[in-house]
Amino acid sequence: MGFIKNIFNRWFGHAPTVRELPSGSVTVDLEGSIVTSTVSSSFPQSILRQVGQDVVALFREARAAQMPLAEVSLQFGSLLITARELRGGAVIFLFPQTALMPRPNENRL
Amino acid sequence: MHTRYKILLLDDDADWLSLCCELLGNSLPSKPEILTANTARRALTLLETEQIRLLICDLRMPRIDGLQMLAIVRRRFPELRTIALSGLEDEEFRSRAYALGVDLFWLKGEMQRNSKLFVECLESLLGRDTGAGFRGIQSKSLMDIIQMECLSRSSTVLRITRGPLIAKLWVQEGELIDAETDGARGEPAFQRLLAWRTGTFENLPAEPNRSRTIFKPINALLLESAQSMDEEATSGDPEKLESTNHRKTIWKLSQLTREGADFIVAVPTDGKGEPEALGTQSVSSLTHLTQKANELALRLGERLEAGPLLHVAGQNVERQVLMLARGDRAFLVGWPTDASGNLAEKSRKLVASWDS
Repeated sequence: MGFIKNIFNRWFGHAPTVRELPSGSVTVDLEGSIVTSTVSSSFPQSILRQVGQDVVALFREARAAQMPLAEVSLQFGSLLITARELRGGAVIFLFPQTALMPRPNENRL
Repeated sequence: MHTRYKILLLDDDADWLSLCCELLGNSLPSKPEILTANTARRALTLLETEQIRLLICDLRMPRIDGLQMLAIVRRRFPELRTIALSGLEDEEFRSRAYALGVDLFWLKGEMQRNSKLFVECLESLLGRDTGAGFRGIQSKSLMDIIQMECLSRSSTVLRITRGPLIAKLWVQEGELIDAETDGARGEPAFQRLLAWRTGTFENLPAEPNRSRTIFKPINALLLESAQSMDEEATSGDPEKLESTNHRKTIWKLSQLTREGADFIVAVPTDGKGEPEALGTQSVSSLTHLTQKANELALRLGERLEAGPLLHVAGQNVERQVLMLARGDRAFLVGWPTDASGNLAEKSRKLVASWDS
């Protein structure tokens, strides 16, 4: 079995893996570094850090454009990210959007 | 001999199934036999074993969802009439369902509110003979479709959807009697509608009591429209061009006011070309914010593999803003905090009508 597996791995490479979407909340400081997180530790921390930095950057850009925002939400096909600005950073919520999961109230942004 | 058709209802909600069974069993004049299934697998088994005429399928279901089911059915049972039901008013669902070739898309809430119309549509689908008529129209312009309806001297209401924009045309015995789209009615609505290059359409039952606002024959209207489009395309006259641009700006402003938005900024995503803005003086700062928000969101979506970006929304005590991309431009729409309704949908509508 091990012999066949080796041959197949050599020919076709490893099968692509499916990464689970992050679910939970993250608190970040003003630089976007993670302070606390309830997202599964199996989710890559580097990507989570990038989420924090991008969200903080979004709040910063809005302030620079004279339109400071208290809350932002990014709606993707299969993930909703909502973030609220705090005095020393931001709290970010990540909700995977599956067919079985109820959608958030669309009347509120 | 009168054929008793069979209808198959597919929904994972048992209460809804029994409610539908009762509604359809009592109200359909042809008294069809109603079968039910609560999973796609069960529905497929019934389709294999029974002579089903019409499938009414819910879109949101576990495991195999409605859209997957409709795709399977279209391939395996091409003769089967299909109706897609959805509890959610989402244009994307509607377009995807029609792209899969469903005969009718209906909202569950609308079905309860307007059950008479739903029953009429259903009866018309059941009664449509297998031998007469083709289904599925591709690569035909709206002009062709309207001409076909008029030439066949039919009476119908054509409901045309282009993204979030909806228009209706009333045809009575081969004559176009009324048109309505986005606040416009009659000839202006018809002229606007002809500028649409893509969309989906469906036939609704005729409304013979609709008051007439269009009196010109259809050929004259089409000719006028074609002429004006041709003139606009070939005209190099700066005065005419200015007047056209002015008309467009007035139209955009009226749309903005009608929807209740504060401002809109349209920014080319590739950085080439000038941004356009209405209702705001802070064009350069908002342009920068739109570009940055679009870049950040796209990058984030790619890293997270979270699917396409639908929109970015933000709010503070004074305003709500919504950024969405369409084609090669990103749009930022500002709304007052007390704006009601589904703002994402309203913004999408505003953005869709920007170039129409």
